[in-house]
Amino acid sequence: MASTTQLPTAPEAPALPQAAPRPNSRRAGRRRPNLPGGLGGWLWLAVIVLPIYYVVITSLKNQAGFFATNPMLPPAEPTLDNYKLVLENDFARYFLNSVVVTLGTVIPSLFVSFMAAYAIVRGKGRFVSWTNNLFLLGLAIPLHATIIPIYWMITRAHLYDTLLALILPSIAFAIPVSVLILSNFMRDVPNELFESMRLDGCSDWAMLWRLALPMTKPAVITVGIYNALHVWNGFLFPLILTQSPGTRVLPLSLWTFQGEFSVNIPAVLASVVLATLPLLVLYIVARRQLISGLTAGFSK
Amino acid sequence: MTITSSNRRRVRDTGPSGWLAAPALVFFLVFAVVPLAGVVFLSFTSWDGLREIRLEGLASWTTVVTDPVTGNALLVTAKIMFFSFIVQAPISLMLGVFTAGGQKYRAALAVLYFLPLLLSSAAVAIAFKALLDPNFGLGPGLQVPILIQDWLGNSDLVLFVVVFVIAWQFVPFHTLIYQGGVRQIPASLYEAAEIDGAGRVRQFLNITLPQLKYTIITSSTLMVVGSLAYFDLIFVLTGGGPGYSTRLLPLHMYLTGFKANDMGAASALGVILIVIGLGLALLLQRLGGKNRNDSQLEGA
Repeated sequence: MASTTQLPTAPEAPALPQAAPRPNSRRAGRRRPNLPGGLGGWLWLAVIVLPIYYVVITSLKNQAGFFATNPMLPPAEPTLDNYKLVLENDFARYFLNSVVVTLGTVIPSLFVSFMAAYAIVRGKGRFVSWTNNLFLLGLAIPLHATIIPIYWMITRAHLYDTLLALILPSIAFAIPVSVLILSNFMRDVPNELFESMRLDGCSDWAMLWRLALPMTKPAVITVGIYNALHVWNGFLFPLILTQSPGTRVLPLSLWTFQGEFSVNIPAVLASVVLATLPLLVLYIVARRQLISGLTAGFSK
Repeated sequence: MTITSSNRRRVRDTGPSGWLAAPALVFFLVFAVVPLAGVVFLSFTSWDGLREIRLEGLASWTTVVTDPVTGNALLVTAKIMFFSFIVQAPISLMLGVFTAGGQKYRAALAVLYFLPLLLSSAAVAIAFKALLDPNFGLGPGLQVPILIQDWLGNSDLVLFVVVFVIAWQFVPFHTLIYQGGVRQIPASLYEAAEIDGAGRVRQFLNITLPQLKYTIITSSTLMVVGSLAYFDLIFVLTGGGPGYSTRLLPLHMYLTGFKANDMGAASALGVILIVIGLGLALLLQRLGGKNRNDSQLEGA
C-alpha cells in the first residue's frame, strides 16, 4: 500500500534477506508520547514492584515489628537478623549444591547440544533430520510428565538422593531448546566459510571449535544462561529425586525453610531475597546477552 | 593450494558426520524417550513406588477414568490454561510493543520489568503467600478493604489468584518475545504508513499485528503448553487446595503417585498430560500454517 508520492529522501536500498542484522525499528519521525502504552507500562511496573518492595522491607523487620507495623511501611529499625538466621541454617550448603547442579547440567548440555546443532545444520541425511525432529518433538511434550519412570530409573541406578540424580535428567531436558536456538544461529554462518575451511583440509572437529563456536559465541552464552536459569530454579526434580539436607538445592530449601519457620514470615522472605541475589548479580552483568538471545531464539 | 572455480563447486562437501549428534541423542533417548515409553508401560501396571511392579492391564486406567477427581483436574487445568492465556497474551503483547519503542528510561525499566524472570516459582509462591495474607499482607497494608480477603482459602477466589501469580511471573518472558518480534519489523513499513497518514491505532492493527503473526503463535504455544507445566508454583502456593479447587493435572499426577503411592494411576495421568500437550502444540502449529518464510518486506 505504499504511496507513489515522490519522496525527497534517497530510495531505500534493497533489503537484505532477513538474517542476523536486525533493522532497528526506532520509529522515525514520531515523537508523540504513547499515552495508553505508557500508562499500561507504568501500571504493570507497579504490579511487579509492589510485591518485590513488600518482600524486601518485610525481610528487614523483626517479628515484633512485623506484627505491629503497617505491612507496607518500611521498618523503623531495619535489622539483618533474619538474614543471619537463614545463613545459619545451612544456606551456604544449599547454595553450593545449586551451583554444582547448575554447572554440572549447563556445561555438558551445551557441549552435546552444540555438536548436535552443528550436525543438524551442516549435516545431511535421514539420521540427522530424524534426530532434529525428535528434539523438536521434545519441545512440544511436557517432559515432566515422565517423572515417574525417571524416579524409577534413578532409584534403580542407586542414584536417589545424589546431586547426579538431578544433573542427568536436567541435561536431557535442556537439550531440545538448546539445539533449537543454537541451530537457528548456526544457520546464519555463511556456508562459504565452512567450504573454504573444508578446502583447506580442516576436519569437522576443527571446524566445530575454530569456526562454528567463535561465530555463534553469543548464542552459546545465551543458551547457557537460559538453561542455568531453569536448572537453578528447578523444583520438581529436587522434590522427587532428593530428600536429605545434604543434597538440598535452593528452591527446595526455601520450601522446607517455609515449613519450619512458617510463623516467622520475615525470615522466610529473607530466604527468598537471599536465594534471588546471586541471579540478580548475574542478570545485571549479562542482561543484554540473555535478552537478545532469548528473543532471537524464539522470534525467528 | 589453488583451486579453479570449476571444482570449487562443493568439493566432497558431504557435511559433517551425523555422529556428532550422537551424544545429545543418547542423553535424550535415555532420559526423555525411554521415560516416555516407561510412563506408557507403567500406566498398565500397579506399583506403589517401593515394591515389585506388577502388570495389571487396564486397572489403573479404569481407576483414573472413573475417578471424578480426574475430571476435576482436567477442568481446573483447562480453566487455568484459558484464563492465564487471556490475561497474559494481551498484556505481554502491549508491553512488548511498548518496551520495543524508545523511551529514555528504558534500561532502568527493563531491569525491573524482567525481574520476575529471575525468581524461582517456589520463591514467587512463598512471596505471594505472605503478600496475600489477610492480616499482614498487601490488603491491610494499603488499607483497601476489598483487598483484605482470604485469597488462598476461598475456593471461589483462589483460581484467579493463581492466574494472577502465573501472569506476574511469566508475562515478562512473553514480553521479551514480543519485544524481539516488534524490533524485527522493518521501520520502512511504519514510515510508509506515516506518509499515508495512518494513525497509531491503524498502524498497530495493519502493520504491527500482522507482522507479529509468528511471534504470536510462538508465544501462545509456549503459554499454552507451558501451562501444563505449572506445577511448582501451585504446589507451593496452594498445594492444590482448598479442597480440589486448584489441583490441576500435573499436581494431581504428583499427589497420586508420590503421596497416595499409586504410581500406576499417576502414570496414566502422565500419559493424558503428554497427549494433551502434544495435541495442543500440533494444533497451534497447524493454526499458524507451515509457511514460515513469508516475505517480511513491503506488502502489509
